[in-house]
Amino acid sequence: MPNSYSAVGSISTVTASVTGGGSELNDGDRSVPAMSAGEVTRRLLSYVRPHAGSFALSFVAAAVSVTLQLYVPILIGQGIDLIVGAGRVDFAALTPLVLRLGLVVIGASVTQWLQGYCINRLSYETVRDLRVQASDKISRMPISFIDAHPHGDLISRVVNDVDLVGDGLLQGFTQLFTGVFTIVGTLVFMLTISVPMAIVVVLVTPLSIFGAGVIAKVSNKSFSAQQRILGQLTGHIEEYVGNQRLVSAFAFGPRAQEGFDAINGELYTAGERAQFLSSLSNPGTRFINNVIYAVVGVIGCACVITGWPAPLTVGGVQVFLSYANQYTKPFNEVTSVITQIQTAYASARRVFALLDAEEEEPDAPDALVLAAPQGAVALEHVDFSYVPDRKLLQDICVDAAPGRRFALVGPTGCGKTTLINLLLRFYDVDAGAVELDGTDIRELTRASLRHSFGMVLQDSWLFEGTIAENIAYGRSDATREQIVDAARRAHADGFIDTLPQGYDTVIAEDGGSFSQGQRQLLCIARVMLTDPAILLLDEATSSIDTRTELQVQAAFDELMRGRTSFVVAHRLSTIVHADCILVMRDGRIVERGTHEQLLAAGGFYAELYNSQFASPAAC
Amino acid sequence: MPPGVRERLGRMIELLRRFAGRYRWYFVIGPACKLLEVFFDLLTPMVIARMIDEGVGSHNLGIVLKYGVLLLVMAVVGLCFTLVCQKMAALASQGMGTDIRHDLYARVNQFAYAELDRFGTPSLITRITNDVNQVQLAVALGVRQLIRWPFLAVGSVVAALLIDVRLGMAVLVSTPLIGIVFWLVMARCIPYFKNLQAKLDTIGLIQREGLSGVRVIRAFVREDHERERFHRAAAEQADIAIAVGRLSSTLNPVTFLVMNLAICAILWQGGVEVNVGELTQGEVMAFVNYMTQTLLSIVYVANLVVVFTKASASAARINEVLHAEPSIEDDAAAPSPQAANRETSALRFDHACFSFGPCAANAVDDISLELPVGGTLGVIGGTGSGKSTLVSLVPRLYDTTSGSVEVLGRNVRAWALDDLRHAVGLVPQQASLVSGSIRENLRWRNADADDQELWAALDTAQASEFVRRLPQGLDAPVEAGGKNFSGGQRQRLTIARALVGSPRIVILDDSASALDLKTDAALRRALAGMSVTRIVVSQRVSSVRSADQILVMRRGKAVGLGTHDELLRACTVYQEICASQGVDDRAGHPALEEDARRARPDADEGGEN
Repeated sequence: MPNSYSAVGSISTVTASVTGGGSELNDGDRSVPAMSAGEVTRRLLSYVRPHAGSFALSFVAAAVSVTLQLYVPILIGQGIDLIVGAGRVDFAALTPLVLRLGLVVIGASVTQWLQGYCINRLSYETVRDLRVQASDKISRMPISFIDAHPHGDLISRVVNDVDLVGDGLLQGFTQLFTGVFTIVGTLVFMLTISVPMAIVVVLVTPLSIFGAGVIAKVSNKSFSAQQRILGQLTGHIEEYVGNQRLVSAFAFGPRAQEGFDAINGELYTAGERAQFLSSLSNPGTRFINNVIYAVVGVIGCACVITGWPAPLTVGGVQVFLSYANQYTKPFNEVTSVITQIQTAYASARRVFALLDAEEEEPDAPDALVLAAPQGAVALEHVDFSYVPDRKLLQDICVDAAPGRRFALVGPTGCGKTTLINLLLRFYDVDAGAVELDGTDIRELTRASLRHSFGMVLQDSWLFEGTIAENIAYGRSDATREQIVDAARRAHADGFIDTLPQGYDTVIAEDGGSFSQGQRQLLCIARVMLTDPAILLLDEATSSIDTRTELQVQAAFDELMRGRTSFVVAHRLSTIVHADCILVMRDGRIVERGTHEQLLAAGGFYAELYNSQFASPAAC
Repeated sequence: MPPGVRERLGRMIELLRRFAGRYRWYFVIGPACKLLEVFFDLLTPMVIARMIDEGVGSHNLGIVLKYGVLLLVMAVVGLCFTLVCQKMAALASQGMGTDIRHDLYARVNQFAYAELDRFGTPSLITRITNDVNQVQLAVALGVRQLIRWPFLAVGSVVAALLIDVRLGMAVLVSTPLIGIVFWLVMARCIPYFKNLQAKLDTIGLIQREGLSGVRVIRAFVREDHERERFHRAAAEQADIAIAVGRLSSTLNPVTFLVMNLAICAILWQGGVEVNVGELTQGEVMAFVNYMTQTLLSIVYVANLVVVFTKASASAARINEVLHAEPSIEDDAAAPSPQAANRETSALRFDHACFSFGPCAANAVDDISLELPVGGTLGVIGGTGSGKSTLVSLVPRLYDTTSGSVEVLGRNVRAWALDDLRHAVGLVPQQASLVSGSIRENLRWRNADADDQELWAALDTAQASEFVRRLPQGLDAPVEAGGKNFSGGQRQRLTIARALVGSPRIVILDDSASALDLKTDAALRRALAGMSVTRIVVSQRVSSVRSADQILVMRRGKAVGLGTHDELLRACTVYQEICASQGVDDRAGHPALEEDARRARPDADEGGEN
């Protein structure tokens, strides 16, 4: 989003560049000890508590299901032992056995389904609760916090991290449980059938795990090499395709292609290696499984024939063959689940760090509600800085009678937009006081304070919704007539009427196809509808379409009529028509008066005026 | 196959047809080797059955050992063949991926602005990286597994039927049954997955809006409303996720159920047949093992379908780029232009029109003008008035939809593109550099430019002073985008870049905005000294007022053409622009015009040469 929220952008940069500008999210900061794994688990369990029943049920179901699933090969083995040969089939035993097998299979399926159902529901509901809590938390954080943290990072905590917690910690845990339970269960079942055979299987399985481990290690290494080169390639594409207009205007294509092909060739070598090595893991484990299969088969048959070292039936061999096949699988699963759980812990820490951040101080219980604000605003010896050791505003005194119009003028970074932050209590003053109708604004509820103000910022914020919804944002009970009337008074009706869907046109995120000027007109209409006592306006610096600009100017004039107004001014006419110009420099008000008075004084304003309007882009 | 899958696979096949040719032997040898492994896998239960029936049946340890060794040999040989297959898969997939990336990038390089506008940079990047990766993965999996799992599934059924037809029926019936279960569940889940992603995007959108608009939200005291909006979206997403979960969690239990009930049937029917001597105990075991293998195969086949569906969506996006014809045809064989003399016009627009699409309004609407060699054209107008689009017509970054553009007396369509673009030095609005050194960046128009030429260009662009101060001079590193230079420095470097390789026409597209007035004036004076034809686009009256001709644009149309003084008298839009920038004698601030002149002492000399 180039060029957006430049008004607040400057503030964000200042605060973000210095640690301590707002509550810290401690994950990136090594000086703050990270939350221990135990603590993370405990907190996570507190989210599960409302669903404790289904959580417990899912574990019980998993245990039952695994046990029954492991029991199936044994029953099959017993069944095979009953059908030794022609005329030697024990139907009296086979019939109930097949029935039992059927019941066990049905039981295993139902419990497996139950387990999946419970854990799914549980994890998505927990994800939802956690996500809502994280988002609510952000809405209760002070603006300083939101300015100080990259929005992408906060969004990713609410969206991605919460998902990873759900996947890893909840589903991962049950998978881990199932995996470990399967390993233990298999071991127990094998031991009950034949101790020596169980030992054989246990002794040969590490071979498979070891093999898989070696392959994973080698292929991970080559994968990161591939990722690195892929990163280079992406960088090249981002740079050159991002500048493709330049590339074609300069006929630079063939040379860009040379650079691309060089990296592409490297990627081939690295990619081929990584692809090959990683594709070894399946055949590798399969090979080892086949070896185990052969070994178990031979030793099993030897047991059946010789009865040494322990007696075994043919069905027993079948049981061991199927166990040998499944026994190694949970090991590999457990390894991958553990990685997933580790990622999830990191994500959980990031989410909890957000939830633990210090919130905005709530309104005092005895805070006043301003019923009918008159619009008298006063700043009394206000000091303020975003960063403790970098003073910004110093000793600001303004006394604004209702209905007066103030223009704030001064070079970039002199603190003009900061005043808006203080008036709306987005930030609190360090010293001095801001008063509204004679009351310190800290004694008012934030809601009643903010209802007294209307604000139009340089960055026209619109949300995804219709034009009517956007205009009615400050007054959801407004009728269509009131909305249309507000748009008319804001000179926005002209362009809205030309749209096929008129007021029901849906605005895409970030204002979509509307021009900067049109977006600003909508924002003005929005304020027009709420009819506030005081106005805070931040004029756009960059010149927009001249015609729209004239409309915006007219809309601003209409809006300011009869209201106390503070305008961060860039336009000459706004400044000239102000009742009082406040000239700011380095955080102080250095001059104040009307345009004529200040020009006559020949001070900083006169200097600024001359340089600025000779070159509109200088401020 | 789930709905739409067949049509989607078609796109994958189209891509394969185009790129797989070079690797066709890999596609033959790989799966052939794999087949052998599958064959051994199918043989294993039979060998075990023999081991039981012959070895255990006759109490002969030697026979058991013999079959054990056979199993080991099969494992080793199978592994060797598989390794060959994996290697083929890696070579074929990565080779194809590399070729696709090359072709994609080459195609993007041929794109005109129109195609770039249509696709957008982020989307092109995704296509060249992510989408190619998906296809690579699918190709590798295809070589490795496309043969393996279906063959194993079918093979198991066939093997079972070979042993005993009646028992084989249990396998024959249950296999498609499991397939149908998969088909039903997946066909229902796939639309949900799309919906789920959309809901997650909504959650991200609401959160992003909540952060970017935090001041407005709080100023209007609408925190509760936003919270509620988020809660609703989160709840909707959770509901869908739970619904999908409910569906997909039936998959494993149901297949387990079907497979094992089939085993029940095998045991029962097997018992009957063994009893009458039609079957052996070992063969019943083999049946059980084939049944297990079939299930496993079907799980993998389902996985393959998912991978291929994803890859086909990627293949479609790749094909779209490969099929997009560059809208600007290059007559590369066109003869080189003669050196134009002072009398010919440098630039002529003749009723030039351009629109971004058949339904869009003209972005450039009926512009006609003529600029002599060495002259200066100023173009002024608000944002979106079509200034940049107009000058993009000169180096043929867009083609006119009607009317014509002539450069140095020849229609731009009759130029070889390289020649034309070499004749025009463009300084774009966005001052962007690429990573590398200053020298590399300056040599964009001429790879062989010597230092003397580079320094001359830097001198004209008012950049030599700061470049000389850099410890490494021309070899100083430039970060991506030129981020390690200030806006003004970057702008001057892009101006210098356009001047290397002696262009005949220089276009400055609002590219002096970050320069202070003194540097701006010095730059204009230096350019005037070069006697090169110039087009200066700006929103600032001060930048164009000294031009020989000023074109005033509004909504793509020329609303004025003339000198500053002429326009100030006759053109209302120009008057409005001047008024809004405080450059108007009649606005009641006589001091202003005076001040403007004082601040730009060189303005007047800058205009004429």
